[in-house]
Amino acid sequence: MTLHTEPFVLNMGPVHPSTHGVFRMRLTLDGEVVKDLEPVYGYLHRGIEKLAEERTYLGVIPLTDRLDYLGSMSNNFGYCLAVEKLACIPVPERAEYIRVIVAELQRLAAHLISVGSFLNDAGAYFTPFLYMFRERERIVDLLEMVSGQRLLYNYMRPGGVSQDLPAEFIPAMQKLLPQMAAYMEEYENLLKENEILYARAKGVGILTRETAISIGASGPVLRASGVKWDIRRADPYSIYNRFDFEIPTGIQGDCYDRYRVRVEEMKQSLRILEQAYKQIPAGPYRTETPLVIRPPVGEAYAHVEAPTGDLGFYLVSDGGIAPYRCHVRAPSLMNLTALRDMVVGWKIQDTILTFGSIAITMGEVDR
Amino acid sequence: MVGLQNAVNNWPLAVAPDWPGNVWWHWVVFTLIIIVFFLFSVIMFIYMERRVLGKMQARIGPNRVGPFGLLQAIADAVKVLTKENITPTNADKIVFWLAPAVVFAPVLMVFAVVPFANGAVLADLNIGILFMVAIGSLSTVGVFMAGWSSNNKYSMLGAMRMVAAVISYEMPIILSVAAIIVLTGSMSLNDIVLGQQNYPYLLLQPLGFFLVFVAGCAEINRSPFDLMEADSEIVAGFHTEYSGMKFAMFYLGEYGEAVVMSTIIATLFLGGWQGPFLPPAIWLIGKIFFVFFIMIWTRTTLPRVRIDQLMALAWKFLFPLALINLFATGIEVLAFPDGIPWYFIPVNFAIGIVLVLLWSRLYKVGWGRVEIE
Repeated sequence: MTLHTEPFVLNMGPVHPSTHGVFRMRLTLDGEVVKDLEPVYGYLHRGIEKLAEERTYLGVIPLTDRLDYLGSMSNNFGYCLAVEKLACIPVPERAEYIRVIVAELQRLAAHLISVGSFLNDAGAYFTPFLYMFRERERIVDLLEMVSGQRLLYNYMRPGGVSQDLPAEFIPAMQKLLPQMAAYMEEYENLLKENEILYARAKGVGILTRETAISIGASGPVLRASGVKWDIRRADPYSIYNRFDFEIPTGIQGDCYDRYRVRVEEMKQSLRILEQAYKQIPAGPYRTETPLVIRPPVGEAYAHVEAPTGDLGFYLVSDGGIAPYRCHVRAPSLMNLTALRDMVVGWKIQDTILTFGSIAITMGEVDR
Repeated sequence: MVGLQNAVNNWPLAVAPDWPGNVWWHWVVFTLIIIVFFLFSVIMFIYMERRVLGKMQARIGPNRVGPFGLLQAIADAVKVLTKENITPTNADKIVFWLAPAVVFAPVLMVFAVVPFANGAVLADLNIGILFMVAIGSLSTVGVFMAGWSSNNKYSMLGAMRMVAAVISYEMPIILSVAAIIVLTGSMSLNDIVLGQQNYPYLLLQPLGFFLVFVAGCAEINRSPFDLMEADSEIVAGFHTEYSGMKFAMFYLGEYGEAVVMSTIIATLFLGGWQGPFLPPAIWLIGKIFFVFFIMIWTRTTLPRVRIDQLMALAWKFLFPLALINLFATGIEVLAFPDGIPWYFIPVNFAIGIVLVLLWSRLYKVGWGRVEIE
C-alpha cells in the first residue's frame, strides 16, 4: 500500500527571521525536501534609480548609501568613480588612499555581518553573530570618526572625500588591525573545522563554475565557485594595483566555500589596510568641484568590488544638473538568480543555509 | 492536629530516611514541595540560560529586574499572563487548547520518582526509571497535537520533526539506562542512587553517560539538535501560533523537560543526592544545574544539524554504541558479581573513547540531496 502524498506550498517570508530583510520564497515542498523555489522580490523597492534622476549629482550620494546598507562606502565609491569618469574630475593622491582605507574597512564590516548571519542561519544560536558584531562595532567606530555616521556614511564626493581623516584615525586603526587578526584567529579555532558545520555546509548548495559565470554572479559567490575574478585585480580602479594582496577562491562552490572565501577576504583586507596606512601621503583630500556638477553630454560606467560583488553604476548625462539615467548593476540580485538551481532537491534547512551563504542585502536587490 | 504539630516541630528532620510516612497529608505537603521545587527550578533555569548565554555571547543578559536580574522570569510570566490568547480561525479548537496542558503535565509527573535524599521520594516505585522514561516521552503527544491543530505549515513541520526525533532518540536512552539497571539490579531510582555509594556511575559508564547526554539533548530540543523549533528556519516550530499563557505553558514545559533530563542524568550518572558535607537535596540541585550548564554551553557553541543527519546520528551512531555498551556492561557484571573493581574505571573510559572515535570514522553523514524528477 502506498500512502497518498501531495506537495505543499510554503510561503517563506517576506516576514521571516532569516530572509535578511523582506525576501519571499515560494517553496514547493515534498515533506522536508524542496521541489521548487520561486523567489519573489520587490518588497523593499524604493525607486532609487528613478529618484536619482531628480537630484543633482551630489544629491545622489545619500541614495547610494541606501542600496546595500551594509556596504555604504563601497556604493559611494562606485558612484563617485562613475561621476568622475563622466565629468573628468581628477582625484588627489591622499583621497585615493582614504577611499581605499574606508572601502576596505567597510568590506571587513560587511563580511563580518555576512559570515555572522550565515552561521546564525546554520543554527549557531547568535554566538558568532554577536561576536562579529562586537568587532564590527570597532570598525564602525572608525568609520564614524571619519564621517560622523555609523551606517549610511555619505562620505565620498566626486573628486575626493567630504573631509580629511581626523588626527586620531590612523593611531586607532593601527591599534585595531592586530586585534582584528587575533579575532579572526578566534573564529577560525571555533568554527573552521567544526564537524557539524562540515556536515551542514560542505557539498550543500553547489553553484558550479559554469552556472556562476553564465548568470553573471560576482564577488565571493563567484570566487567560491573557483573563478579568480575580482574587480580590484581584473579591472583595477583607484590605486588597488599598488597593493599586494591575493584573491582567495573556493573549490566547488558550496556553502562552506562561500563562508571560507569571505573569511579569507577579510584577512586580505587587513593586509591592504596594513599597507595603505603606511603609504598614505599628505596633501589635499578633495578636488574643488562646484556644488552643482554639470558634466558634458555622454555616458560613463564604473564598477567596484563591493562586499557583495561587482557593483556597477551606469550614468547618462544630458548636460543637465541631474543624471538623465542612473542604473545600478546590483550584485546581490545577480547572485540571487542562482538560488533555485542551488537549493532544489535539498531540504528546507539547506535552503536557509544556502540563502544565507549568498549573503544578499535586500536594499540592493530591490533598490 | 497533633500530627500537624509534630510535623511543624520536626520539619528540619523531615528529610529523614523514612519520610514521607504513611500519613496522608505528608503526601500532600511533599507534592506541594515538589511542585514548588519544579517551578522554582524552571524559573532558575530560564534565568540561568539567559544569563549564561549572555555572558558567553559577549553581552550582559537580563540584569534589570531584581538583584542581578533574578526576577526576570517572573516579570516575563506576568507580562505573558496579560497577553491576548489568540486562536487561529481554522484551528482545531479543542486540541489547540488541550495541547499545552498535555505537554506540561507529564513533565511534572516525572518528579514523583526522583529521590531528593535517601528515601525522600514521593513514590518509590520499583519500576521508577521505567516510569520516568515512559512519562517523560508523553509530552511528544502534546507537541504533535499543537503542531497539527494550529493549522500552520511551520508548526506542522516542527511537530513532524519532533515526533521523528523523539521516537528515534528514545532508543539509545533506554538502552543506556538498561545498562545502568544491569549494573544496579534494580529499577528503583532510590536503589540506583544508593548503588553509587562508592563511585558515581559516570566512572563505570562513561560511554553510557555520553550517549544519554547526546540523546537527551536531542530529545528535549537542545542545540545542536533544536531543529524542532529552529528559530532561523521554521520560526518557532510547533508553538508558532500560540500566544499568552498557552505559549508560556509550552515554554515552561520545554524548560521543565530540561529539568527532567538534567535530573535523570544527575541521578543516574552523577550520584544523585550523594555527596559529602552538604545536605543531600543541595547536592542533587547542584548536579542538576551543572548538567544544565553543559547543555547551555553546547547551545552557544555548536551549529544545528540537519533532520536527516539527526536521524542518522540516532540510528547509525548512538543506537549501535548503546547496544555495545549494554553488552559490555553485561559481561562486566557477569565477571564481577560482587561489584566492579576500581581498576575498571580507566578500562571503561578507554573502551568508550576508542568506540566513539572508531565509530565516528566508520559512518559518514550523507549529503542529503534528493533528486527531483
